[in-house]
Amino acid sequence: MSFMELIRENGVYLLEAMGKTLELTFLSLIFASIIGLLFGLLNVSKKKALHVIANLYIDCIRGVPLIVLAFFVYFGIPLATGVRLSALVAGIIALSLNAGAYMAEIVRAGIQAVDKGQMEAARSLGLPYGTAMRKVILPQAIRTMIPSIINQFIITLKDTSILSVIGFPELVKAGQIVIARNFESFKMWVIIGIMYLIVITILSKIARKLERRLSYGK
Amino acid sequence: MENKELAKGKHLNADGSKISVKGLKKSFGHLDVLKGMDVEIKEGEVVCLIGPSGSGKSTFLRCLNRLEEITDGSVTVDGYDITDKSININKVRENIGMVFQHFNLFPNLTVMENIMLAPVELKKMTEEEAKETGLKLLERVGLAEKADVYPSKLSGGQKQRVAIARALAMNPDIMLFDEPTSALDPEMVGEVLEVMKQLAADGMTMVVVTHEMGFAREVASRVIFMDEGYIVEEGTPQEVLLNPKQPRTIDFLNKVL
Repeated sequence: MSFMELIRENGVYLLEAMGKTLELTFLSLIFASIIGLLFGLLNVSKKKALHVIANLYIDCIRGVPLIVLAFFVYFGIPLATGVRLSALVAGIIALSLNAGAYMAEIVRAGIQAVDKGQMEAARSLGLPYGTAMRKVILPQAIRTMIPSIINQFIITLKDTSILSVIGFPELVKAGQIVIARNFESFKMWVIIGIMYLIVITILSKIARKLERRLSYGK
Repeated sequence: MENKELAKGKHLNADGSKISVKGLKKSFGHLDVLKGMDVEIKEGEVVCLIGPSGSGKSTFLRCLNRLEEITDGSVTVDGYDITDKSININKVRENIGMVFQHFNLFPNLTVMENIMLAPVELKKMTEEEAKETGLKLLERVGLAEKADVYPSKLSGGQKQRVAIARALAMNPDIMLFDEPTSALDPEMVGEVLEVMKQLAADGMTMVVVTHEMGFAREVASRVIFMDEGYIVEEGTPQEVLLNPKQPRTIDFLNKVL
């Protein structure tokens, strides 16, 4: 079969799978951002206990492969608790926990990159720590964090492919199903590779625009 | 605003001073920066701290609003013992403005937003009131036309004048200046000192770490010379700058004048 025939035959199915990939990516990134912000803030806290908790989480997640985490959430947790999770929910949990740990490190680095004098100036005006963080430090930290965040978004988008192992019908899983039927391994993986490439290129372009929009007075 | 005016002058320590420091020691790890300082500052006084770098001037200043935790001794400001962990340090700081060597303006906010942030966030003023106050303050420091620009568009001298306006927006009783002109190009020093002179003339209680001997001579009610974590000599500018008695003071002044 030619490329055109393969696309005509499987295009809609593959696009649907890409939709599922994006759905999984965006939902996971929303949770990962919340987790990342929370644990990043804990990590820069002067309170030692909070710092230890944040590091424990980050180290645990970074020390375990995503595929193990996915198996644990999808097969392990239902066995232990009796609560069955759908592949989508298990996938979101695994990806959010995974990306959250990396986002936490991005947030920590971003906050620490802001000049110490900024926090001192804010606190010297009588602003509480939280307000100073929210109004002064984080808006500045976000700017330095953006390239790393974009990078993490792209990694997470690609990491969704790992969730093909728990049967979530994202793009790689869909590809495997199609290939099992037509044995066109070479052409099909080229098509799927290009689909990822296009989506990721578009997302990076949008992200660049956003990055420029967020710069102030420079 | 009215309550604040009424309250002004009543925020004194039990002994009638505005700032009272007793036996203040500060160490960073094994490094003893302040080795026991006793200072009393009255309302409306302008105290200039001079001395070689590393003598602990800035650290002393930063202990007055607890930007540095105190190792030993006591610091009482505005009637609050700020070494007491149970006091709300934010409340105390509302009344102590601080100006930094490197300005520390918030680059993500415009000049006006820099000034309005604290009064609005701390519910001292509505947005409108804060804006009005902000404009008055900017006029006072001669920068009314810069209200809507970002700090990155300002010169060093302008930044520091905005920083002073920002600190004044909380209507503080005390202003701390940490080498306010040290990061400025020489031609911009004058404009900042001019604003500070006005403040002093208005009766603001000021503690100024500075290398500007001319300013100290002209404006200070008292000059404190510090070296190696101790007060070596203090007195009127006449006494300390023109007739120093301690060899270390004489040596330092010979080098800088």
